[in-house]
Amino acid sequence: MGMRDVKGNSPALRGTYGIRVNEAAWRAINALKLPKFAHTVFWWFYRSLAIVIFLLLWEISARLELANPVFLPPFSKVVLTLYKMALSGELAKHFIISAQRALTGFSMGLLVGIPAGLIIGWFSKFEYFIDPLMQIFRNLSVLALLPVFMLLFGIGEFSKIALIFWGVLWTLILNTVAGVKSIDTQLVKAARAMATPAPLLFALVILPGAMPSIVTGIRISATSSVLVLLAAEMLGANRGLGFAIHYYEGQVRIPQMYGMIVVLAILGLLISYSLIALEKHVFRWRQKVGVGE
Amino acid sequence: MANKAANGLLPGIISEGIPAQGTASHHSQNAKIVLRDLRQVFHLRNAEKNANEEFVALDNFSLSIGEGSFVAIVGPSGCGKSTLLDILSGLSKPKSGDIHIDGKLVTGPALDRGFVMQGYALFPWRTVIKNVEYGLVIKHIPKKQRIEICKKYIDLVGLNGFENRYPSELSGGMCQRVSIARSLAYDPKVLLMDEPFAAVDAQTRETLQDELLGIWEKTKKTIIFITHSIEEAVLLADRVVVMTARPGRIKNVLDIALPRPRRAADMRVSANYSSISHRIWEMLQNDDIPL
Repeated sequence: MGMRDVKGNSPALRGTYGIRVNEAAWRAINALKLPKFAHTVFWWFYRSLAIVIFLLLWEISARLELANPVFLPPFSKVVLTLYKMALSGELAKHFIISAQRALTGFSMGLLVGIPAGLIIGWFSKFEYFIDPLMQIFRNLSVLALLPVFMLLFGIGEFSKIALIFWGVLWTLILNTVAGVKSIDTQLVKAARAMATPAPLLFALVILPGAMPSIVTGIRISATSSVLVLLAAEMLGANRGLGFAIHYYEGQVRIPQMYGMIVVLAILGLLISYSLIALEKHVFRWRQKVGVGE
Repeated sequence: MANKAANGLLPGIISEGIPAQGTASHHSQNAKIVLRDLRQVFHLRNAEKNANEEFVALDNFSLSIGEGSFVAIVGPSGCGKSTLLDILSGLSKPKSGDIHIDGKLVTGPALDRGFVMQGYALFPWRTVIKNVEYGLVIKHIPKKQRIEICKKYIDLVGLNGFENRYPSELSGGMCQRVSIARSLAYDPKVLLMDEPFAAVDAQTRETLQDELLGIWEKTKKTIIFITHSIEEAVLLADRVVVMTARPGRIKNVLDIALPRPRRAADMRVSANYSSISHRIWEMLQNDDIPL
């Protein structure tokens, strides 16, 4: 049995990735036969080209005063303002507290949601019993519960973190449950036939088997945690990115407001890319097959 | 049949017939596995009658299997072959009857039995070597030794160089080799195989059959092999158990004495092999399945 048994190695398969335009562009870049360093520079340039064009359009339309210059300052001015805010410590003040809130709420959600999901998913009868309630909690908008959390937990840090925790919890649990239910029963059967004790069964079979669905849950809930954070900070806080956007708008310090929005955009990009990296790591065993690509 | 021997049996068959009930444990002091009066019943919901119905999957199943022998079980689908293997592996308990391995009562799954399943059941997130390692982790073997053992069995199934591949990168035949290596790695006394070659193409199947015979000769495991292919059963086994469906019972037990080593390609042109296969085919034909 030779190498031809190995799937996913044929050039024909590799060619199915990506969009045609991209491929054409890459062929052109590859054809230049650049040294590795220049190739990397080119890659980054190509990857950020769309963003650069967008920012240029922003700059030009602001300079041409296509919109009211008070409400749409040029991008360069926003960057300058942001730089000043970074120097004065104003940026860090808002950023750090927001990051703390989001990370605390989110990690608590992970710590509770994933084990809970694994257990609920395993005990299918209990899952059948509890599922309707969890569906209600998941589908009920967190923002509607914002006043409830403030009434119950006050307007301090706890209520904001609790709101983020709640906002991510149900998605994480339900995705983990779905992951456990999707595990090939043959794998569980094989593990049991090999006399796997229960704790090892969870660690070696159930958790890795449910991982694809868990990662999807993490991606969805990471996005919604930022949304919940902003809403909570806009309505009841004296620090944080959500508060700052709202505050600078009220003060008509528009470049500062845009500065905060730019920071949020960068934050979103970072979250998104780190989750893609996580996904790549988790799915390295099925990368080469190209299923669903 | 023209070529029947004096004792009324086909050449290549030593004995034929159902072993007397209740005597299985007596005449086999050195038997490795003794199955006694196994019965398995499932309760099915009948929607029309709004009542639970009993379905006898396995009835009156007694068999003793000698150490190091190769037993194949054939029968129509729904004859309780897989039910039997689930009980043997300890995954399910029989309604009545019991199994002893080396005189020890089987009460649940244990690493003295290896289970090779039809669908390979490899962990897709583990590489070949990590899959083979699984049972050794359960057995608490130290890491250094684990890797040594894994290498040995990967070598045995001819997958050198594929240690760090994931199952998704392998063909069906290769996956089944990994599955066999995984079951052998923790050194079980018995290997249970549930239609292991049913999902691969005919050519690969022949190669795997030859390789399995080689592995069996090298490792001296007791193998219980379930198949719906009569030819496969006759090719591989010392003893073929023919089952009937509804309820799943032993119809006949044939001791095959075709010379070893056997090879799939040679067997196909062997007259004895063909007539034994035909004899079993006839047995299954006469099976009046109540529908």
